[in-house]
Amino acid sequence: MRAPFLARNPSVLWFLLILALFTIAVTVLSEAYGVASLSTSFVKTLGKTLCLCLAALAMDLIWGYAGILSLGHMAFFAIGGYMIGMWLMYARTEEIVVQALSGGAIPATAEEIRQGIATQIFGVVGASDFPLVWAFAHSLTLQMMLVVLVPGGLALIFGWLAFRSRVTGVYLSILTQAMTLALALYLFQNDSGLRGNNGLSGLQNLPGLSEVSQDSISVWFFWASAAALALGYALIAAIVSGKFGSVIRAIRDDEARVRFLGYSVEGYKLFVFTLTAIIAGIAGALYYPQAGIINPAELAPIASIYLAVWVAIGGRGRLYGAVIGAAFVSLLSSWFTGGRAPSIPLWFTTIDWVDWWTVLLGLSFVLVTLLAPKGIGGIFDLWQGVRSPDRKGAPLGPDQGALQQSEARE
Amino acid sequence: MTALLEVSGVCVSFDGFRAINNLSFSIGPQELRAIIGPNGAGKTTFMDIVTGKTRPDSGTVTFGERSQSLLSLSEAEIARAGVGRKFQRPTVFEDQSVAENLTIALKAPRSPWRVLGWRESTADRSRVADLAGEVGLADALARRAGELSHGQKQWLEIGMLLAQEPRLLLIDEPAAGMTLAEREHTTRLLVDLAKTCAVVVVEHDMDFVRRLDCRVTVLHEGAVLAEGSLHHVTRNTDVVEVYLGRG
Repeated sequence: MRAPFLARNPSVLWFLLILALFTIAVTVLSEAYGVASLSTSFVKTLGKTLCLCLAALAMDLIWGYAGILSLGHMAFFAIGGYMIGMWLMYARTEEIVVQALSGGAIPATAEEIRQGIATQIFGVVGASDFPLVWAFAHSLTLQMMLVVLVPGGLALIFGWLAFRSRVTGVYLSILTQAMTLALALYLFQNDSGLRGNNGLSGLQNLPGLSEVSQDSISVWFFWASAAALALGYALIAAIVSGKFGSVIRAIRDDEARVRFLGYSVEGYKLFVFTLTAIIAGIAGALYYPQAGIINPAELAPIASIYLAVWVAIGGRGRLYGAVIGAAFVSLLSSWFTGGRAPSIPLWFTTIDWVDWWTVLLGLSFVLVTLLAPKGIGGIFDLWQGVRSPDRKGAPLGPDQGALQQSEARE
Repeated sequence: MTALLEVSGVCVSFDGFRAINNLSFSIGPQELRAIIGPNGAGKTTFMDIVTGKTRPDSGTVTFGERSQSLLSLSEAEIARAGVGRKFQRPTVFEDQSVAENLTIALKAPRSPWRVLGWRESTADRSRVADLAGEVGLADALARRAGELSHGQKQWLEIGMLLAQEPRLLLIDEPAAGMTLAEREHTTRLLVDLAKTCAVVVVEHDMDFVRRLDCRVTVLHEGAVLAEGSLHHVTRNTDVVEVYLGRG
């Protein structure tokens, strides 16, 4: 009989434990349920960070394990945000319109209310009718289904076309980036039906809960994000620890060989691509109500590149590495760009971190890639005494297929 | 006895160059066959055609009792039908342990959903251990495949082919880069293998072919030049000319 899953994967247990402690600590320190030493906006930042960690987990599964460098997963993340944002905005505007019309002598008809909502939402882009894509916006259940179905469906179609043609490596990366850019440019148009570059706003106000303060809502979303991250982590850990994980790592290392073993490589890639897109979509649906606003700039290719950078810095091919990378870099990023980092005066210029942060990030990405390919996660190897042999990159075997230095870790 | 694999009238050209020219070949179940031939004779292309990597311009390739055509199947489908292939270079998954390598290859459902729900049974575990023992890697189950020596990697790959339980095995130059002792072990493995399935070995090394002691097919310029025992084909004047050159 085999040991239970958690016993075989102690890092999962540790991760869940640390996440639980962190959640309790934040709750105790929050304004709504504790001693109020963390501001509500900081609780929101932490909640958003947990969502980014979940997206990074998805990225690690597709890139670190399956070897597909997708530069489109933040697009799926943003689509998830748009889907939940449509309901939030519709329902919130509905409340306002109903209240405004209730002062009239005769009660407003459903059609009048609907018209009022449309004018409120789309007045900013010069329209007053609901586009087709808003057909389900009145229903939370339907929009929540779309959070899963739209990113998943898009990934399924795109992935089917790309993998079927056996596009791999850097070409696939470019293709996913093109998809992201095309999607962003489409959403920037006013007649895309999603308010063009204005995006959706006011998402932090939950319909029907106007009397509940943001202090409480921020903690609720923090809990939801922590729960989603915990579930996502356990799910992905279960996937990669079994035979499925073995197959996708094999695909990463030698996909032709896997094909000759009788596995349909394209099917596996499509499966992982779609699954990770859905996870990213769910993460986005939890992120944007905390951010309060979503616009097409969120889909810019740079966002997906950041995601790859987080995973690389944290250490790809290990799940806690992705989480550490995303949390560390995104929190550091908000500190540096928040204007709180002290500027460094030099004799010829002043290093103002708001501008120089990206330079620092780029530099550390290059350094991590060159000097510590295992990323921050590699520290745990040092701690446990697992060391790579220092072979100066020479092959370990007599053949070109043999292990290179960077891969030789236990 | 009907043939397991029947290749007939197959032609392939690459940019006008005829790599395979009206090749016909057949092998019965549980037969060991060596294919020899000078460089460019079409040995590797022949394997590519059977495994679905290359599509022939004309001709037919059928497999099994029901004479199923392999030409419309993908590589993975052909592998699932029971054709295993071993490349010249040992291709094992170096990042994973010997046990994981063997487990991936074990005959089991291959679809993503089925693999996701797959749980290792006691039978699977003992099968993996047996296979490792068979190829001389019983002590190395937990080791990473990347740490193995060249010869051990070749055996691991043969073990993976055994795990697939194929009906036909195509093996490209199994003895390349092996020590004498490793060669003898490999020879034994192949002869044993041929008791349960058909094995086609492509080899340059005449000495190794002699050890296998089986029927030999000589390929030249994409067609069969001679077929028979090694003794028989080495007497063939055409074969001698091809190998020694016509000057």
